[in-house]
Amino acid sequence: MDAVGLQPDDTGVELDVRKRLGDFRLATSLAIPARGVTALFGASGSGKTSLLRLIAGLDRPDAGTIRIGGDILTDTARGHFVPPHRRGLGVVFQEARLFPHYRVRGNLTYGMRAAGRRCFDDIVALLGLDNLLARFPATLSGGEARRVAIGRALLTEPRLLLLDEPLTGLDEARKREMLRYIGRLVREVDIPVAYVSHEPGEIAAVADRLVLIENGGVLAQGPLDELLARFDLTPHLGGFDAVSVLAATVERHETDYALTDLALADGQRLTVPAVDEPAGTTLRLRVPVRDVALALSDPAATSYRNRLHATIERIGEIGTGSAVELRLRVGGQALRARLTRKSLAEMDLREGMPVVALIRTVAFDMRL
Amino acid sequence: MLSDAEWQAILISLRVAGTAVGWILVPGVLLAWLMARKEFRGKALLEGLLHLPLVLPPVVVGYLLLISLGRQGWLGQWLDRWLGISLPFTWQGAAVAGGVMAFPLLVRAVRLSLEAVDPGLEAAAATLGASRRRVWLTITLPLALPGLLTGTVLAFARALSEFGATITFAANIPGETRTLPLALYTMLQTPGGEAAAARLCAVSVAIAMLAILVSEALARRARRRLQGRDA
Repeated sequence: MDAVGLQPDDTGVELDVRKRLGDFRLATSLAIPARGVTALFGASGSGKTSLLRLIAGLDRPDAGTIRIGGDILTDTARGHFVPPHRRGLGVVFQEARLFPHYRVRGNLTYGMRAAGRRCFDDIVALLGLDNLLARFPATLSGGEARRVAIGRALLTEPRLLLLDEPLTGLDEARKREMLRYIGRLVREVDIPVAYVSHEPGEIAAVADRLVLIENGGVLAQGPLDELLARFDLTPHLGGFDAVSVLAATVERHETDYALTDLALADGQRLTVPAVDEPAGTTLRLRVPVRDVALALSDPAATSYRNRLHATIERIGEIGTGSAVELRLRVGGQALRARLTRKSLAEMDLREGMPVVALIRTVAFDMRL
Repeated sequence: MLSDAEWQAILISLRVAGTAVGWILVPGVLLAWLMARKEFRGKALLEGLLHLPLVLPPVVVGYLLLISLGRQGWLGQWLDRWLGISLPFTWQGAAVAGGVMAFPLLVRAVRLSLEAVDPGLEAAAATLGASRRRVWLTITLPLALPGLLTGTVLAFARALSEFGATITFAANIPGETRTLPLALYTMLQTPGGEAAAARLCAVSVAIAMLAILVSEALARRARRRLQGRDA
């Protein structure tokens, strides 16, 4: 896990700021822990990018403080402001912003420090930049440019990596490829990441924590799985509500059938379409709500390869429509299911009941 | 082919124009940067002042130089007393006249090219740990280089062709301030000077063409590098 030896410090970012931008008011208080990926999620214009610019020191807040670790970056009350070039943060902008007059190598080494020099080759390999080093940015594709920008920021040994919608404008295949690179990066380089995005798919694939931003304020923040499982946030979580995220570890590959066996934290097994990752890798599986069926006991023969023992934790509001949402607890993780009101009544399901969740193997959508 | 006097005029011209550009280059770039990137009180006024030499008759500029930098002028008196410098009727005076006339052209070209540099790249460089000085030297200036080259050549050509302000402020002294245009004018005033005038005319055209070709080649090379092709 520490193939690339960058050493971040232990406390993350604590931010409490207010800023007026025309008619828009930003009033935000949030924390980004020193480990893992924290997603800043919100619609376009919710203030995500403004926040990122404040953290990077490219803008000053009207009032408030921003700290990283023990260091104060911005403190308006005391007139304290650390300029961007002394903040030690790595920023990857929406547009890669590579320097057109430097080759890729020159871009990568522009802000490189001593420790960055030691891991130059590792980062180049990690991001697949070996063949690009002698090229000029104008000749790179969108995905390549984005990867160079990430490498360039990493080589400055930042205390925090800020990614601003790093997949914008890429086609689907490139997006998946970039997500793989970013996933590898957060697994192999121990660096906290703040990931700004309005795409639930991206966030489910890479983030551990979620900060939900709406109209310049923070609506909720916490572990991703917990927030996704909260019914009260469903209306604010746009495209998220249709999936649950399960973390599982690769156990072995059934190459004959092109399947991979995974283990959940509580020891239960899952089988998914073959994944190109070595045993021991932790994956995040996105399970669409509509692909989870429930049974009261373990069915003897069924084409559902995945049968997870679970407990009904919460039954969502029963309206007059045909569907009801349920939240199950599988080991320590939350899994959401949607069934018809009629099934709920016929099976006489209640909160606290043990059930078996059936998930079709082909239902898994997973890129990491 | 060329007489000594003609050679002299050419050398004086090159020296005057080169000195003029050398003097205005740094202040011109600084002012261009100020106009491109900063908002301040009196910016519109400064902009107007800056463009004055473009719209005023050159003779007026020469006259203004004479009453300010002349021996009796407020600035000229000071220069004379404290530094022992006297500008009127010297080739340095001609360089001042050329520089003043060329200044707005230089500032304008550099300003346009600075405005075309994406501030996002400068911000990116800052987040990579580059101080403002390093950002300026490694990002802003190289990216504005084509405009800087164009501006420099424009300014050089303007200083080279300066007539009205030069003759008013520095007069037409052979071997001192008689530049190409002044020599050409003198020849036209002299009976039988048509052949010499034609030669000087040809030389002027050649120098101007050469300057333009060299600057175009340099700017093209710089642009090609910026667009990411090997120069």
